[in-house]
Amino acid sequence: MTRRPDRVAASKPFVFTAALLPLALLVLATRNGSLGPDPVATLEHETGLWALRFLLATLAITPLRQLSGWPWLLRYRRMLGLFAFFYASLHLVIYLVVDLGGFWAQIFGEIAKKPFITVGFLAWLLMIPLAVTSTKAMMRRLGRRWARLHRLVYAIGVFAVLHFLWQVKWGETIAALEPVVYAVIFAVLMLFRLRRTPSRAG
Amino acid sequence: MSRYRPPRLPSSTITPESVWLRRRDFIRAALAAPFALAGCTGEGKADAAPVPAAPAAPRRALDVAVRGRYATNDPQTREIDATSYNNYYEFGTDKDDPARNSGRFKAEPWSVEIAGHAARTGRFALEDLLKPHALEERIYRLRCVEAWSMVIPWIGIPLADVLKRFEPTAQAKYVAFTTVERPREMPGLSYPVLDWPYREGLRIDEAMHPLSILAVGLYGRVLPAQNGAPLRLVVPWKYGYKSIKSIVRIEFTERQPATSWNVSAPHEYGFYSNVNPEVSHPRWSQASERRIAGEGFNLLGNRIRTLPFNGYAEEVAALYAGMDLRRHH
Repeated sequence: MTRRPDRVAASKPFVFTAALLPLALLVLATRNGSLGPDPVATLEHETGLWALRFLLATLAITPLRQLSGWPWLLRYRRMLGLFAFFYASLHLVIYLVVDLGGFWAQIFGEIAKKPFITVGFLAWLLMIPLAVTSTKAMMRRLGRRWARLHRLVYAIGVFAVLHFLWQVKWGETIAALEPVVYAVIFAVLMLFRLRRTPSRAG
Repeated sequence: MSRYRPPRLPSSTITPESVWLRRRDFIRAALAAPFALAGCTGEGKADAAPVPAAPAAPRRALDVAVRGRYATNDPQTREIDATSYNNYYEFGTDKDDPARNSGRFKAEPWSVEIAGHAARTGRFALEDLLKPHALEERIYRLRCVEAWSMVIPWIGIPLADVLKRFEPTAQAKYVAFTTVERPREMPGLSYPVLDWPYREGLRIDEAMHPLSILAVGLYGRVLPAQNGAPLRLVVPWKYGYKSIKSIVRIEFTERQPATSWNVSAPHEYGFYSNVNPEVSHPRWSQASERRIAGEGFNLLGNRIRTLPFNGYAEEVAALYAGMDLRRHH
């Protein structure tokens, strides 16, 4: 058997660049003033959406790997998870600095008292320990506890989906399918994990 | 004094239907141009096509007799923004849905049914309803309950002047309004987002207040469908959803009428819905707002403090003397 080149390692710079494309497009659109009448709302919405998309992509790795039998998929997971954190951080910074900048009293009030903002903030907070412990050295140091700690991603998923669903007006979810679609994708990814355990045992 | 005149369009000014149907493509192409160019020149700004300053289809101009009453000096929202960023769920729930999905909407001919406790009731053609009145421009702040706001030059007539002609009786304590319900022209109606048709209401003294107007136009021209053509309410001291669009029915009632958002989520939307920075929405604060206005575009500094009664406290606060505005939100 000849030694094959490490395709995953070679592809990572491309995946990395692709993951930065949404940001590049947003920066361009901001410069061109083509973000629509309420550009701040568009920036908030888009960065939030990309955070959620990367989070769901991260959560899709395990099911995809098991369905396809391609173990190498796992090697993209950390990068996807870190990009979820990256876009979530952008989302938060835009909300705090660009949108609410200067209205500091209101910021604390909203994070503490408005449940949909509280859960969003919580989702971001919980991502910090996962990002910090995402290095190989940390994995080694934490050993078995690493996997347990990183199960936090399920809670993050619940909070992120709630954050999106909750801000939509009452009854509007019927027509504004987007938050529901993301919630369903998340639910499917979670159900897969529940189903997997008994079927393996049997 | 100019009066409202029914439309008389020379056929040469009518946009051919084929062009009208493709209007979104022009806008889309204009919007996409900066994206297409910016990447290859590195001088995106110089090459970028400007965002169109006015909607693609020209709307009929209106003769305005009175200007300057209740005109705010705040910088105005661009017409393209006020006519492309709308909440009109009968055409869809996204902000650009109303402009995109209202192409089939027919605002002419139009009639309004006047009903309830009044000496004169019945169905009236819009022209007859408007004929005796001079058109006025009112430059009002519009505060959406979603915490963004605009400054819009409306053209209309005082609601009181119209209502008085029907001689409401002593039993007329409230005025109820209903929006048209035409599923074939309004695709959003196929979703049960609200209990259609859309309904709103005012207390009679609110309706008779000189700030309350029935609008037929904005920016010097008739209302486009997405802004509530051909006839809508504008009540500037209340959240935007009170200013009901495309009105087909006005009824004088003795009891407080049911209003759509209040029926849908009573804990979030009250009957009065006066702009009030002190009473926050259950899910977000109403203390400040993002102002969509002015030329050019700035990411920072759009947020401003929300004023009680949207800055019209001097004119309207007396209407609510002695009322607990937190309870009657």
